[in-house]
Amino acid sequence: MSLTRQDVEKIAHLARLSITDQEMPVYVSSLSSIVDFVDELSRADTEGVLPMAHPLDGQHQRLRADSVSETDNREKYQRNAPSVTAGLYVVPRVIE
Amino acid sequence: MHNLFIGELAERLNQRQISSVELTRHFLGRIERLNPALNAFITLTPEQALIDAAAADVRLKSGERGPLLGIPLIHKDIFCTDGVKTSCGSRMLDNFVAPYDATVVARFKAAGTVMLGKSNMDEFAMGSSNETSYYGPVKNPWDISKVPGGSSGGSAAATAARLAPLATGTDTGGSIRQPAALTGVTGLKPTYGRVSRYGMIAFASSLDQAGVFARSAADAAVALQVMAGFDARDSTSVDVPVPDYSKALSQPLKGLKIGLLREFFDGLEPRNAALIEDALNIYTGLGAETREVSLPSLPLSVPTYYVVAPAECSSNLSRFDGVRFGYRCENPKDLLDLYKRSRGEGFGAEVKRRIMTGTYVLSAGYFDAYYLKAQKARRLINNDFRSAFEKVDLVISPTTPTPAFDIGAKMNDPVLMYLNDIYTIGANLAGLPGVSVPCGFVDKLPMGLQLIGPHFAEAKLLNAAHQYQQATDWHRHAPRGYE
Repeated sequence: MSLTRQDVEKIAHLARLSITDQEMPVYVSSLSSIVDFVDELSRADTEGVLPMAHPLDGQHQRLRADSVSETDNREKYQRNAPSVTAGLYVVPRVIE
Repeated sequence: MHNLFIGELAERLNQRQISSVELTRHFLGRIERLNPALNAFITLTPEQALIDAAAADVRLKSGERGPLLGIPLIHKDIFCTDGVKTSCGSRMLDNFVAPYDATVVARFKAAGTVMLGKSNMDEFAMGSSNETSYYGPVKNPWDISKVPGGSSGGSAAATAARLAPLATGTDTGGSIRQPAALTGVTGLKPTYGRVSRYGMIAFASSLDQAGVFARSAADAAVALQVMAGFDARDSTSVDVPVPDYSKALSQPLKGLKIGLLREFFDGLEPRNAALIEDALNIYTGLGAETREVSLPSLPLSVPTYYVVAPAECSSNLSRFDGVRFGYRCENPKDLLDLYKRSRGEGFGAEVKRRIMTGTYVLSAGYFDAYYLKAQKARRLINNDFRSAFEKVDLVISPTTPTPAFDIGAKMNDPVLMYLNDIYTIGANLAGLPGVSVPCGFVDKLPMGLQLIGPHFAEAKLLNAAHQYQQATDWHRHAPRGYE
């Protein structure tokens, strides 16, 4: 196994995912096999190769005039929220 | 009526031999009768469909004409549809009603199409078998013990079963071409940036592209005409003129240079190889020339993809936090617990696996070894395609290594599942357009032929696919029970 249970627990925490004790061994083994598989990349000769983040060369971020283009749809959008009060999203208390 | 192609249906609508309402009722009837065995839908919208069909009939009656006016279609449940549940195949969005239309949806609406419903799919488009859906697997109409492929499995199965003449899909690593091949339909993945991604729920933003399923290349051309074009709302949308795809279909193929990817044919199963040989003979008969081309970095494409795609997915899916929309866990004890349990309970196993893979390859200490390395390998693959297209107009390969496999066969081995995408992933990494067309049968199951072209060569691809379909009838075969 290239990843330990502790590794996976740390990754799950970083990704903000709760993983049950039952699920954990399956993730340790499947994530290990995925990491082993993508380790094939280490054999590739990429000396001097520029990383490619975007499939089309020469694309750049477009700019637009700083003018109002969207109307206020807060009420409509908040209909999908699990908990809303007075137009605000409600979460458990963060500051005591 | 359901075996007619879009051009034939449009002619009947335009001549008012049938109405859009009649056509819509016909397909809704088939869905009601045939879909329970297939599970191709997450949501059906029959009432709205009949309203939209009646509106199309008014437009037709007033003399308006259009290639898709009054034609029923299905949208993959990854496209936001104003006022209609948009789940992306996930428990996370089981309660999500999209507050706006994706650009693709809006364009089809403006063209007068009639949406019948939203199709089933792998959760957040992560899967190659449609088995990761929260709503259960889709069955392949050719054999319901087999998968239809994924992630756009519902759209593929529904098109093959003649439940609609047209369905949208998305393709991040093969999610249109692979299910099209496994269900015997035509599937088109356009160039990255050709079709707007606005309102299409993001999986891997440097790879995702919208496309279509139809029963012929000519039908796909009509659909692409509506979908393609610049959209200021998508920052990766490309402002390149859209050619007349239907007009290009009839161009003769004399002198077309088709490249055979040597790496794809090494170790190919003999019966699959024979189908490709047959297709090559058809093409040479049509005047095309074939030559071998090599893409030496292609073996890197699957590991490269399974670093890049999970990395982007882990970033994109961080928006699902249980606060603004989507699933929220019961009784969170604090904000961290709310995040962790909402995501842990809202996402399925494969999505969590990909998020964690992505988190790992982006984390401190591993970023250079995995993510940066994969981006460099991506450049090598891209350069290989670029040199190939200096020698040939398009390249040909099988779409998949095997026909549809048994439901459950690969669910416990993610790496084995990922290798399904071996022939399709390269096009996504390089942002190239690709099309899969039916090219025969192995074990009574359909197989696909894949054509990949340079950026923005959709017209040439559809032309080559259409000419092949004029010379063959594989695309006319219907699964038994769905004729």
